[in-house]
Amino acid sequence: MSICTLRIDERDVAVAAGSTLLEAIRSAGSSVPTLCHLDGLSPVAACRLCMVELHGSARPVAACVTTVQEGMQVHTATPRLEEMRRTLIEMLFTEGNHVCAICVANGNCELQNLAVRVGMDHSRLPYRFPQRNQDLSHKRFGLDHNRCILCTRCVRVCDEVEGAHVWDVGWRGEHCQIIAGLAEPWGAVDACTSCGKCVEVCPTGALFHKGDSSEEKQGHPERLQALIEARQHQRWQP
Amino acid sequence: MSGHATRRKRLATVWLAGCSGCHMSFLDLDSWLIELAQQADVVYSPIGSDQKEFPSDVDIVLVEGGVANTDNLELLMQVRSNSKVLVSFGDCAITANIPGMRNMLQGSDPVLRRAYLELADGSAQLPDAPGIVPDLLDQVLPVHALVPVDVYLPGCPPSAARIRAVLEPLLNDQQPQLRGSDQIRFG
Repeated sequence: MSICTLRIDERDVAVAAGSTLLEAIRSAGSSVPTLCHLDGLSPVAACRLCMVELHGSARPVAACVTTVQEGMQVHTATPRLEEMRRTLIEMLFTEGNHVCAICVANGNCELQNLAVRVGMDHSRLPYRFPQRNQDLSHKRFGLDHNRCILCTRCVRVCDEVEGAHVWDVGWRGEHCQIIAGLAEPWGAVDACTSCGKCVEVCPTGALFHKGDSSEEKQGHPERLQALIEARQHQRWQP
Repeated sequence: MSGHATRRKRLATVWLAGCSGCHMSFLDLDSWLIELAQQADVVYSPIGSDQKEFPSDVDIVLVEGGVANTDNLELLMQVRSNSKVLVSFGDCAITANIPGMRNMLQGSDPVLRRAYLELADGSAQLPDAPGIVPDLLDQVLPVHALVPVDVYLPGCPPSAARIRAVLEPLLNDQQPQLRGSDQIRFG
């Protein structure tokens, strides 16, 4: 296995060639915030929170989709990056309708946690208050587009892990939204196996169990990792 | 500042479009309220004063709630011009929060029609009492969308400990520094 050496936040790091910058950053003991990324799913760089600065490059790059190169010098927490990350979180909050107090995910929400991490005590951007709807046609689960940040974890887990490909991203620009089937009611899409993986990986309260009341939704991304681990190594007993 | 440092602070609290939960949380300060009363005069507050008009020369004001109607807006303008430090108090003041959910209906007219006509049981009529019932603004807005805010105190409601973490430094002419899950988490 060939090795790449690079410098992350003034520390020398050696990782396998072909690793992503995000993997290298984590192996170096550093941490960058992530939201759309989830171990076990393909990276898409949708949220842009993992952006880092490279010496000699004017533009920051998303660590989750950038492959390490020999001699890279990486900075993960410059004031410019901190400012960009806070702005990104503010954009996510103001772009949809996130009412933490009454949300099923209140207290267990990755978006809410990241707001704390980036120091967001208010939004400097105006709230858009868009008109969005819910899909409660599935017998067990619900989808509230008000809380969706289009991270596409649900799209990827359904396609890559469950193999059902119920979800996609439909429409364009501010009208973008997660769609079931060909923009049909979720409950009318036969391909859905009702496995609930999309609900377990959703970082906010957008996808939820119908019985969940406020603060009752618990995400379970670790179950996905356990399943992938079991499939890869044919080890089904923990 | 030294000449003013020992002067008792003039403290006010204001209730705009919110549930008053932030004020209830203020009352959860319990015995610290006695210490507060030794350092500050409560010059205007729905829970601590019978004063009807917002006074002048207020040092610290906690503003709970979003700005939903013409009364809220008028009071907020008075609050801003009469106060040194304005604290945006709770999620409704900072994000519009639950009162702001009506903004998703895109305007005050659909909201009034839904509440007073479509859901009425026999006595359907839109409220119309000029000068008595304030008009709804088209959108419920966060306080800082309308006037400059000096300190943000998030939470629904902010805990008593958070409120104290803001008031203690302000009473000593210092800027509060809130951070971390215990102090700035929404919800």
